[in-house]
Amino acid sequence: MMLDGLYQEIILDHYKHPHGRGLRDPFNGEAHHVNPTCGDEITVRVSALEAGELSDISYDGLGCSISQASASVLYELLRGRTPQDAAGIHEAFVALMQGRGQVEPDEDVLGDGIAFAGVAKFPARVKCALLPWMAFKDAAARAGIDVSSEVTA
Amino acid sequence: MTFDVVRVRADFPILSREVNGHPLVYLDSANTSQKPAQVIKAMRLHNERHNGNVSRSVHTLGTEATSAYEDARGKVAAFVGAATPDEIVFTKNSTEAINLVAHSLGQHLALKPGDEIVISEMEHHSNIVPWQLLCERTGATLRWFGVTDEGRLLFEEGLINERTKIVSVVHMSNVLGTINDVSQIVEQAHSFGALVMLDCSQSVPHLPVDVQALGADFIAFTGHKMLGPTGIGVLWGRYDLLAAMPPFLAGGSMIETVTMGGTTYAPPPARFEAGTPPIAEAVGLGVAVDYLNELGMEAIHQHEQDITAYALKTLSDVPGVRIFGPATPEGRGGTLSFGVDGVHPHDVGQILDALGVEVRVGHHCAKPTCARFGVPAMTRASFYLYTTTDEIDALARGLDHVKKVFG
Repeated sequence: MMLDGLYQEIILDHYKHPHGRGLRDPFNGEAHHVNPTCGDEITVRVSALEAGELSDISYDGLGCSISQASASVLYELLRGRTPQDAAGIHEAFVALMQGRGQVEPDEDVLGDGIAFAGVAKFPARVKCALLPWMAFKDAAARAGIDVSSEVTA
Repeated sequence: MTFDVVRVRADFPILSREVNGHPLVYLDSANTSQKPAQVIKAMRLHNERHNGNVSRSVHTLGTEATSAYEDARGKVAAFVGAATPDEIVFTKNSTEAINLVAHSLGQHLALKPGDEIVISEMEHHSNIVPWQLLCERTGATLRWFGVTDEGRLLFEEGLINERTKIVSVVHMSNVLGTINDVSQIVEQAHSFGALVMLDCSQSVPHLPVDVQALGADFIAFTGHKMLGPTGIGVLWGRYDLLAAMPPFLAGGSMIETVTMGGTTYAPPPARFEAGTPPIAEAVGLGVAVDYLNELGMEAIHQHEQDITAYALKTLSDVPGVRIFGPATPEGRGGTLSFGVDGVHPHDVGQILDALGVEVRVGHHCAKPTCARFGVPAMTRASFYLYTTTDEIDALARGLDHVKKVFG
């Protein structure tokens, strides 16, 4: 069935057993994003840099398996990274999601994130996968941490 | 005569297609209905043979188009029991019809702080936001009826009172399927001199609706949910009220005379139909009305009652499925929202789609209704005259599969 590309085991695992879920203190920047078409929502908190790294990323939300698993993968991939590394991974994930299924993901960069390659073929679900990543970007900016790829590229 | 659903289905070309390798099971008619070949053909014929602009041409094509457009108005008027075709205003959709009343009636009544508008917690956003905006513009206060755990309107004494100027509630809920007995609301509103609007987007397509029997002052409904095309909606209003109301949109066709110093307006319905209207769409809607009349709205409603009873029973037998809204077919229509334990509606909808079963998922443009039941989203299956019990069985099998994937 064509759904195999969408509901990868990795995605279902992250959905059923999310990593790092729950909002934690202290934090320096917070963003709440909603998907107005479906009502899904997520709050992401970013803690300030310690030794040049994102010391914590915490999140909580309501949503489908794709959006919630994506938040769990984001936590795994970006926590403890430098802003430059985080920007590179962020850029790669967004490119994968917006690639209409034509982008070959790099497992060294995206780790479990490669499981989302199939989501890019379902235009209605791309927004779900990107919801936590967009909230993260805003939360980081509010924490005074620049993870925009334009600067680091 | 028994209702022959097989014969009905043969009229709908789309129902013979496949989706993702499975026969299409279309359970999203509350969102938009499918169109019979008769409607599709009539619109094509209009564009091929009779296309001209309406109400302004002396030539043959313009005259034919005008006559087709006005014939459609007559059919729609008769369909809902309007006193005259002049009580039927063609709009873009139900949303525009409600916005029209919120603007023009709001201005006519000169709403002010202290005045109240009453709606309910089971409204579509299109019957909430126009009234919120009207309250912002005028300082009036918005109040609303709640919803019971069973998904019925919670009638609260005193909510409609001497301060109430407009009451606007849904006739049949697009989420819960509840058909509201509006007689008490209409009676009370009128006793305080308030006017009543009903959002009939979900009722006019599915059950006999007679505006005289309803007793309301305005109703809104839309073509594409009743076998017609998108792009055309209907406002019915009592003629004396329409005649007293100022225009909503301004432009061509809605005027009596225009000078650079000022303008006088045409009588209804032209006053509220500025610009070129949806002409081929009106023709399509007229044929949709013919189609519904031929089958009979009582027979259609009875078929949907049977399907709804079957679906309520079938879905309540699926472990982990929670139905929102009335649990029995009495006082409800064929729109059935539910949740599947531990699975988000998006995921439910995606897996059903892979099996060719098309349902709607999300907040259904009724976030307050979802919030009332403590969920951000629901899965909704909605039925129509072409729905079969086999399709309900396909839905139930699909839900078993959903639980397998997420088990």
